[in-house]
Amino acid sequence: MRRDPNDLDRYTAGERVIHWTVGISFILAGLSGLVLFHPAFWPFTLLFGSSTWTRILHPYFGMLMALAFLLMTVWFWRLNRMSRVDWQWLGRIGEMVNGDDQNMPEQGKYNGGQKLLFWLLLIGTLLLLFSGIALWRAWFHFPVDQVRFAAVVHAAVAAVMIGLIMVHVYASIWVKGTIRAMWYGTVTRAWARQHHRAWYRQITGLGNGQTR
Amino acid sequence: MAWQSLDIQRRSATTTPMPGARQGNEVAKLIDISQCIGCKACQVACMEWNDLRSAVGACTGVYDNPLDLDSNAWTVMRFTEMENNGRLEWLIRKDGCMHCQDPGCLKACPAPGAIVQYTNGIVEFHQEHCIGCGYCVTGCPFNIPRLSEQDHKAYKCSLCSDRVAVGQSPACVKTCPTGALHFGSKEAMKDHADHRIADLKSRGFQNAGLYDPPGVGGTHVMYVLQHADHPDWYAGLPQDPKISPWVGIWKGLAKPLAIGTMAAISLASLFHYIIKGPNAISKETEKEVEDETRS
Repeated sequence: MRRDPNDLDRYTAGERVIHWTVGISFILAGLSGLVLFHPAFWPFTLLFGSSTWTRILHPYFGMLMALAFLLMTVWFWRLNRMSRVDWQWLGRIGEMVNGDDQNMPEQGKYNGGQKLLFWLLLIGTLLLLFSGIALWRAWFHFPVDQVRFAAVVHAAVAAVMIGLIMVHVYASIWVKGTIRAMWYGTVTRAWARQHHRAWYRQITGLGNGQTR
Repeated sequence: MAWQSLDIQRRSATTTPMPGARQGNEVAKLIDISQCIGCKACQVACMEWNDLRSAVGACTGVYDNPLDLDSNAWTVMRFTEMENNGRLEWLIRKDGCMHCQDPGCLKACPAPGAIVQYTNGIVEFHQEHCIGCGYCVTGCPFNIPRLSEQDHKAYKCSLCSDRVAVGQSPACVKTCPTGALHFGSKEAMKDHADHRIADLKSRGFQNAGLYDPPGVGGTHVMYVLQHADHPDWYAGLPQDPKISPWVGIWKGLAKPLAIGTMAAISLASLFHYIIKGPNAISKETEKEVEDETRS
């Protein structure tokens, strides 16, 4: 269903489904993992049936997330290759955060921040996958020294990942007109022109004029 | 389980103080290895009192039977043949939970109340609160807790806390035929150990000594060793056991750091929105796009 014939397609249904699969499994793995990290999060056991169910389910949520993220990587990695402009964009991220994004370097389908986030999340997912397997006593038996080290890696990487995802979610809330791209796949032309000018030009052939 | 909440001095995954009105007297079990003959009566007594039966194993050519601790075998004899100055020594160590004063299992456990330490020093697992994650195994410097293959709960020696609560000694101590096992206040056990060590030294064991490792705050199961300078000779008893620094970071610094970071990012996001406002499309851009699209 198209709201406006001028809207631009940004994500296919398949891209949206894989993104939400990663998102849902991340939230489930995160909530159940926090239970195992600090007793302050113990109330989250209520979401999963019991504390023992939380422990049983957590690694499966994690495996689903890793699998879905790796699938998403196959899908999206080409679009996330970092270029010189992306590093320039990142170098001036202060202006962006300050709410003054009119003079930021022109961006393609993804900006430098989104691309960097993608690679950081991929590294984080792999670290969580490998350290998580070492901690998964239901199926695996690793030497205790490795398990101890893996526990620290798993906790630290998970905390960083939760932080990155908070930034990711906040950015989508802050930049108006963004979330609809992941709901029904389209964005307005104005949104694309303002935030991803190069992508806008590429798919519309318009937008060569100066802003302001 | 016969202990009261009044007697709990530490509780896993609990961040507020325990009831402190009543102070207990620290107890200890003393295992005098020089007097152990390896009869395994203590293993039998443990199984009988706690009503546990391991699956029947196979003979592997050594006396160790069962070969390792498991969820039904909370204590096992570990036999080591040593040749020392041309003399054969048969070192037989009764392995099991050491009941550390600073227990790594309890520190690592994420389930509130699944592991408690009583004021007398006994560390006990409460399996009904155990979630089966095995973090106690990760935390233990002595490789003691075992996850059951059947129910995935963790098990280990309880130092017969039920017997101790009613003034009895642990089942293993009660049954030991040679007097190698003793039980009483920790002070009394140290005094007894001193006599045994003096006796051993007079018999040529110059390095005899007490194993009460300070790295874990001392233990409530102590050994008299003929060769206290070489605990590793006794089937790999650790020289200087302490909670691994990785476990220390995981259960220490990592917690406030991670929670602080997550809280800071949430709050920073909220206040950023409040201070800077949403990043909306400017009217100008909208108009330019309309013009461009129409042209």
